[in-house]
Amino acid sequence: MSTPHLITTPNFGVPGTTYLRAFTPGDDFYEALIATHQGLSDEQSRLLNARLVLLLANHIGDLRVLREALAAARAGATPQEVSP
Amino acid sequence: MLSTYTYPRYACTRPTELDDEPGTVRRHPVVVVGAGPVGLAAAIDLAQQGLPVLLLDDDDTVSVGSRGLCYAKRALEILDRLGCGQAVVDKGVTWNVGRTFFGEREVFNFNLLPEADHQRPGMVNLQQYYLEEYMVNRAQQLPGLQLRWKSKVSQVTPQGDGAVVEVETADGRYTLHADWLVVADGARSPIRRQLGLDIDGKVFQDRFLIADVVMKAQPGLSANTNGQGSLGNERWFWFDPPFHPHQSVLLHREADNVWRIDFQLGWDADPEEEKKPERVIPRIQAMLGPDHPFELEWVSVYTFQCRRMQQFRHGRVLFAGDAAHQVSPFGARGANSGIQDADNLVWKLKLVIEGKAPDTLLDTYSTERVAAADENLLNSTRSTDFITPKSQVSRDFRNAVLTLAGQHSFARTLVNSGRLSVPAHLVESSLNTPDDDAAQFDGTMHPGAPMADAPVLRDGQPAWLLPQVADRFVLMLFVDQPGRLDADTLGAIRALQQQPIAVHTLLVARRDGPAPDGAAVVVDHQGTVARRYGARLGTAYVMRPDQHVAARWHQPDSDTLHRLVSTAVARATCNA
Repeated sequence: MSTPHLITTPNFGVPGTTYLRAFTPGDDFYEALIATHQGLSDEQSRLLNARLVLLLANHIGDLRVLREALAAARAGATPQEVSP
Repeated sequence: MLSTYTYPRYACTRPTELDDEPGTVRRHPVVVVGAGPVGLAAAIDLAQQGLPVLLLDDDDTVSVGSRGLCYAKRALEILDRLGCGQAVVDKGVTWNVGRTFFGEREVFNFNLLPEADHQRPGMVNLQQYYLEEYMVNRAQQLPGLQLRWKSKVSQVTPQGDGAVVEVETADGRYTLHADWLVVADGARSPIRRQLGLDIDGKVFQDRFLIADVVMKAQPGLSANTNGQGSLGNERWFWFDPPFHPHQSVLLHREADNVWRIDFQLGWDADPEEEKKPERVIPRIQAMLGPDHPFELEWVSVYTFQCRRMQQFRHGRVLFAGDAAHQVSPFGARGANSGIQDADNLVWKLKLVIEGKAPDTLLDTYSTERVAAADENLLNSTRSTDFITPKSQVSRDFRNAVLTLAGQHSFARTLVNSGRLSVPAHLVESSLNTPDDDAAQFDGTMHPGAPMADAPVLRDGQPAWLLPQVADRFVLMLFVDQPGRLDADTLGAIRALQQQPIAVHTLLVARRDGPAPDGAAVVVDHQGTVARRYGARLGTAYVMRPDQHVAARWHQPDSDTLHRLVSTAVARATCNA
């Protein structure tokens, strides 16, 4: 298996900042993420999430990373039968 | 009545005030209201430090129900200083492994296995009634501490020089004057309400059922959890389990083979209905399966709030514990932070009462503990938001994290079923002497940090660092041999001990030797102290009586040592 390009170890934080508690930068992100959705309808939130994926994907750019992320996100999901 | 615990009934004696001439108002230097863990901690600490203290409680027994359950390392260290840590550790259940389940599956587990070389473990589970009983036992040993049961404070009238306190007892009412009043009367704080003081924050619209059960046999609790794990001294947390769909469940072991189970019920649940055994028992049976007979010990339904008072000091009335701030239970940040409030307050109050520090020092009790409360509120609110998502998208993200957590370590750090209580680093405190710009220290013992423990040798015997540095200001000086200090250093050590606010010196030596006049010696035989404190030969730390770092320097000149330490102590006591 080739070396993965996608980072899946804890990686949140502001470069140069040391954190007293390892969980803090991840919790900071998670809180900001949920707060971004505050007050939106489910439909608005779905659109927000799609926009967020696109923004982050473009920022990452590297298709090797993105393909691995797509595969990791899809893992375990079984396609539903679609009747013709 | 509980099958595993008999509540003590403490004797009430007739208060002498009732036989005073009418109109007599006795003065007390400090009155503490509320004999829960926080009020007891404050009263014991005050009495240990030589201040007479009156502790009033409206009941005559300990906490009803297990309530506060997890006592964290820092609280245990404070309880050690108060003379009741060992009893808590001996009776309590030490645990390190936590398992997280999502639906039917265990997603991951963690081992809190604490860093080696600390006297106390990261967390001990013990029913609150045991903690209180041990603290009452300790309180009763202290001659300066008067503990009056069934004494209800009905009215507090703040005054410039204290507070007038009306006390109701079965034998009658009386009035006393407290120069300082410490209010630790719990989340509902009748005194806070009577004084009309605000406490602001967020009410969570959720209810939790809390049940203590006694297992009839040692449970190998696996029937309903896909065969994974077997319940010992572990914390188990379920998100959306099959036996309690769409909600969370937490299982913890307590002393006496009692297990605590928390069921999230949702806001619409009827608390009275849910408390009935015919409702509770089937829930627990569904969880444990048919092979685990149990007896219901105690049940309660609770809601919680995340809120705090704007400030914890109001003139000569000082609020501590739940009376001042309340958090969600996730993370065990309630009783643990309240005990730290008492730890922060008492040395300051003592210096102010003795006239050795201005009363502005007590303002820093508020600012420091407000900062700590905010950290606790932030973390416990985040845990609550993760555990009980408030919207579909919030639930989607939580479930996404849980489904990624099995395989990807980044997602495991995002799973937030409670960020367990750790002491606040008071880095913003005005009492700290900032490091010199040029000073480079490894580690996390920066000014404001709670001291890290470490093993040492004292008189050739194994000992721990923390008990050597307690109840007073201490200069911790890293040296090679205690017998080889220069005259300036020896002079500084002697002079520091003779100041109005005495500073005792602890030499942390590489090699043993006789202690010079006015100093104690420990040997850092493993080098752990030096490593944790980023210390070299000649490094000096000033520690506060509550074991927080006040100041530090690498190799200060011996002829300036006295001035540096005195200035730091003046700053740490608002005497600068």
